[in-house]
Amino acid sequence: MLKIWSMKKNEDAMAKKKPKTSAAQIRVQKDLTELDLPETMRTEFPDPNDILNFTLIITPDEGMYKSGAFQFSFNINTNYPHEPPKVKCTQKIYHPNVDLEGNVCLNILREDWKPVLNLNSVMVGLQYLFLEPNADDPLNKEAAEELKKNREQFMYNVKASMKGGNVKGVQYAKVIVQ
Amino acid sequence: MSLSAAQPNGTSPSDWQDRYWHVDQVLEKPGPRTDPSFLAGREVQEFLRDKCKILVIGAGGLGCEILANLALTGFKDIHVIDMDTIDVSNLNRQFLFRPADVGKPKAIVAAEFIMNRVPGVIVTPYYGKIQDKDHEYYMQFNLVICGLDSVEARRWINATLVSMVDSDNPESLKPLIDGGTEGFKGQARVILPTITSCYECSLDMLNKPTTFPICTIANTPRLPEHCIEWASVLEWPKVHGDQKLDTDDPEHISWLYGVAFKRAKEFNIEGVTWSLTQGVVKNVIPAIASTNAVIAAACCNEAFKIATSSAAYLNNYFMLIGTDGVYSYTFEHEKREHCPVCGGEALEISINHDWTVEQLMEMLTEKQDIQIKKPSLSTPLKPIYFQQPPQLEKNTRPNLEKKVSDLVAAGGEVTVTSTTLPFSLSLIINYT
Repeated sequence: MLKIWSMKKNEDAMAKKKPKTSAAQIRVQKDLTELDLPETMRTEFPDPNDILNFTLIITPDEGMYKSGAFQFSFNINTNYPHEPPKVKCTQKIYHPNVDLEGNVCLNILREDWKPVLNLNSVMVGLQYLFLEPNADDPLNKEAAEELKKNREQFMYNVKASMKGGNVKGVQYAKVIVQ
Repeated sequence: MSLSAAQPNGTSPSDWQDRYWHVDQVLEKPGPRTDPSFLAGREVQEFLRDKCKILVIGAGGLGCEILANLALTGFKDIHVIDMDTIDVSNLNRQFLFRPADVGKPKAIVAAEFIMNRVPGVIVTPYYGKIQDKDHEYYMQFNLVICGLDSVEARRWINATLVSMVDSDNPESLKPLIDGGTEGFKGQARVILPTITSCYECSLDMLNKPTTFPICTIANTPRLPEHCIEWASVLEWPKVHGDQKLDTDDPEHISWLYGVAFKRAKEFNIEGVTWSLTQGVVKNVIPAIASTNAVIAAACCNEAFKIATSSAAYLNNYFMLIGTDGVYSYTFEHEKREHCPVCGGEALEISINHDWTVEQLMEMLTEKQDIQIKKPSLSTPLKPIYFQQPPQLEKNTRPNLEKKVSDLVAAGGEVTVTSTTLPFSLSLIINYT
């Protein structure tokens, strides 16, 4: 192997003419055009010429968040895919892994992000939070406590919050669709 | 003799006597053809047997041969990836598999077989796609050796290995040895990413898949293949509407066979059979065990020479044509100047001023040295046409009929991506 390792790189290849389109832009183009989303998820682009900022709408068809429509904003910066996309829930929802400011606790959006992951993996991960809310990793501590202690009550709270109701003094957004 | 103690020369307690006698003839002293950097003796033996980690992609016809060859020449840390399961039709040539293994993953069965048969070799299988793995995974290997049957997978691994080369880290250069067979023909090549011609550089050497003119199929069939194409391309959609033809479904094949047979009779054409029907619609070329053996041997020979520097390695393309006698030819395939994978720069193309986006996309799909299926296009400012997601597709669809020159200034840049490729292509567009 030593022979190979001591080889000089092709000079021309080293002096690459970099294209003007940013690497992030190219990667997002790749990710978006390869999305393979189930019917429970769709994307909306407020400005179709800006592919770095868009909304994802999740409408779970099972689980306790069924018949809600949950919106997330995606903001992707020029460091993508070395940095994960910035994802926020744009509604106030009652969920152990989403706080009242819309921050989302999903491992692949922070500590477990890797450039090999893509927008599809993030979207699938978000949808999973609605099928299996995770009480061990809470952002909304009260909701997480409730889920741990009393699942029935938690489910009742979810239903109430989704109708735009008040749970423990907090007014939630109406997300029910029919 | 203590069983646990490390042995000299990279041998281990599980090795039988004189296991490496033949191989050591080559490794223990330099010969007239050895490279000046070759250091005969213990160090190279230890590298091969204790340190070298090799990845085999594909555990099919070529893969079985490759795994056996590597294990017997003394590679001891072998990884293998394959996404397929064993089919009964594999058993005639994929000799690591037995009838009881039908339905099981090829990578896992092959790994177990080799480990049982050749003591001391560790084969680590992965049952899945090469695309599941990231740079970190591929970085752990010294060499990659491929026995694949798909152009797409080759383009993917080639582009991945090229993009991993880091000029500050010599070990990031992973030689890729690619074998391929088609009936009695075969090829073996050595690719040193960024240094020698890569797989993408030679894309224009591939034959176009045989397609017959639609008018011949519809009006003047002469061959049994024409009748089968007529059944699958024209009659199937007419009769079955939106239902997609599943070439793995025997009922679908039988239907095509029936229709093609009738048509053949009408035109007095002989030779439409069930297996020809399946062969035509699935684009099957029969696999020949002996071709696989020759090509796998050539590939493993290169792996051994590169890993040990014990002899000059292939520069860089070997082809075997066994259809009429036995003919082989070795040549240096040159780097393509504007290779989208290893050339690094934008590809300049000149198109007619009146061309529409749709015409440009057609050209990208058809052109021998590009061949991009279902491309998505953008300028640095905005999408031109995106295949997905639905909203952007709908939004950009009107652009298909627009002139490229209305969207992109002369000398402007267009980025092309496609699901099948791990890289993107940048085009500089000029008009005639």
